[in-house]
Amino acid sequence: MVNLALGWAEAYQTIHPEVLISVTGGGSGTGIASLINGTADIANASRSIKDEEIETAKTNDIEPVEFIVARDAIAVIVNPQNPISQLSLEQVSDIYSGKINNWAELGGEDRPIVRLSRETNSGTHVYFLEEVLRLGDSENTILFSRDTLLLPSSEGITTEVRDNPNAIGYDGLGYVTPDVKVIAISDVGSTNYVFPSYETVDDNSYPIARDLYMYTAGEPQGNIKQYLGWILSEEAQKIVLDLGFIPVQ
Amino acid sequence: MTRFIKDKKIGETIIISLVRVSGYSAIVFVLMIFYFLLSEGLPTFVKVPISSLISSIWYPIEAYYGLLPLLGGSIIVTFGAALVAIPIGILTAVYIAEVAPSSTREILKPLIEVLAGLPSVLLGFLGILILVPYLRQVLNLPTGLVALTGSILLAGIAIPTIVSISEDALYSVPRSYRDAALALGATEWQTIWKVTLPAARNGVLTAVMLGIGRTFGETMAVMMVTGNAPVLPTNPTYLFSPVRTMTATIAAEMGEVARGSDHYNVLFLIGIILFLITLIINIIASAVVFRQRKRQERILS
Repeated sequence: MVNLALGWAEAYQTIHPEVLISVTGGGSGTGIASLINGTADIANASRSIKDEEIETAKTNDIEPVEFIVARDAIAVIVNPQNPISQLSLEQVSDIYSGKINNWAELGGEDRPIVRLSRETNSGTHVYFLEEVLRLGDSENTILFSRDTLLLPSSEGITTEVRDNPNAIGYDGLGYVTPDVKVIAISDVGSTNYVFPSYETVDDNSYPIARDLYMYTAGEPQGNIKQYLGWILSEEAQKIVLDLGFIPVQ
Repeated sequence: MTRFIKDKKIGETIIISLVRVSGYSAIVFVLMIFYFLLSEGLPTFVKVPISSLISSIWYPIEAYYGLLPLLGGSIIVTFGAALVAIPIGILTAVYIAEVAPSSTREILKPLIEVLAGLPSVLLGFLGILILVPYLRQVLNLPTGLVALTGSILLAGIAIPTIVSISEDALYSVPRSYRDAALALGATEWQTIWKVTLPAARNGVLTAVMLGIGRTFGETMAVMMVTGNAPVLPTNPTYLFSPVRTMTATIAAEMGEVARGSDHYNVLFLIGIILFLITLIINIIASAVVFRQRKRQERILS
């Protein structure tokens, strides 16, 4: 999400040169901790604040106020020749952890599965690990199968999926090109397979989607209030779309 | 008049000292780089247990820092590149130096230089678009993003080095060697294989070492086509599997790593290992040159 925060900060500072916004990475926990310590005005987070964090904030006389500023959906993609068109979340987890190694096990052709992932430094990689491989269970310590290909760019993933009928990949919905096939995904315990789209992300029916948040200490005032107002504007939400995320408006 | 000479002298002193400073600066830079690598990389041994470093899992976001898959990845890609580049490079050099008519030589030599100047990202791009799908289909592999693809691209980077240095070595073999061999009734090929090449052996060896040194440190092309899966290669058949090299690991992960974290220190440790290995390769190459020079001096005296 740091890319999005940076994108906004840069765009806003060109419109309002008198405002200085500095963005620091480090993960959602770091951001929220800084807000609680009073070292940051806004915490960007790709998860909602935990109860214990709210408690700590209250002991510091800080009342965190939540804003949903964007949404993010991750599409699972395969080669257009691949007959598979839907998978359950558990099946995707089993593919990436190395339990399923051939498309035939899923009712497809007898082909080895080639797993593609973004590099470990990508936020998408971490989200996919936590919410898909580990199905959101924080006790789960499953890792990506070691022969998972780690590609440095979204283009690398799309190119290989487009060319290779054995491949499976995932990426932010905004990065998906028309020459790959998007898979419909069903949530744990459900048989309702859903394609990712702005609508299915909006009504929460697509399972691999998340809200992206900003937290402020108390109701925002002055410059911060203006900035948050701008972030929800059409202009700022267009940056959301450009960076491959889903706008909230 | 005296003033003029004095000015000239001062100018001379300044220029000479500038030349001297730039000469020393190379040494200073290398020392400073090495010091920086050490100061950022060595804390790893305090912060990360050795058992973790010699394990076979590399997954830094969950604190698995096994370096063996990365070292193995670099070695197998370089090994494959050497397999392709050494025969092609030496034979090309032999052709240019011994066989080709001078008109062909005039065209070939600059072409090889052009190949040496190709940006590696361009090679990587061609690799992804052409070589990766081609190798997957021809060799019937699950994916074309494998060590061998990286090896072939790296061979393209090593060949110009091997050719131009080997060619110089062959060229410096005295004419009389060849004349003597041919006079004794040897065929052209026998002369090349039994006389000229052995005489130029040390120069060719240097060429090979320098070529390999270049492939070992190459990053961009490799990162684009080898798949970057941190699998530990245990035998040469891993040429047909995805691997992750040390250079690609540093390039992919350094940008996002928090300064001073364990992961940051481990990446610098990888940098030290790379530095030492290339240093050793270069030392071997120059030792060979040194030996050759001494031998020539002996013959001449």
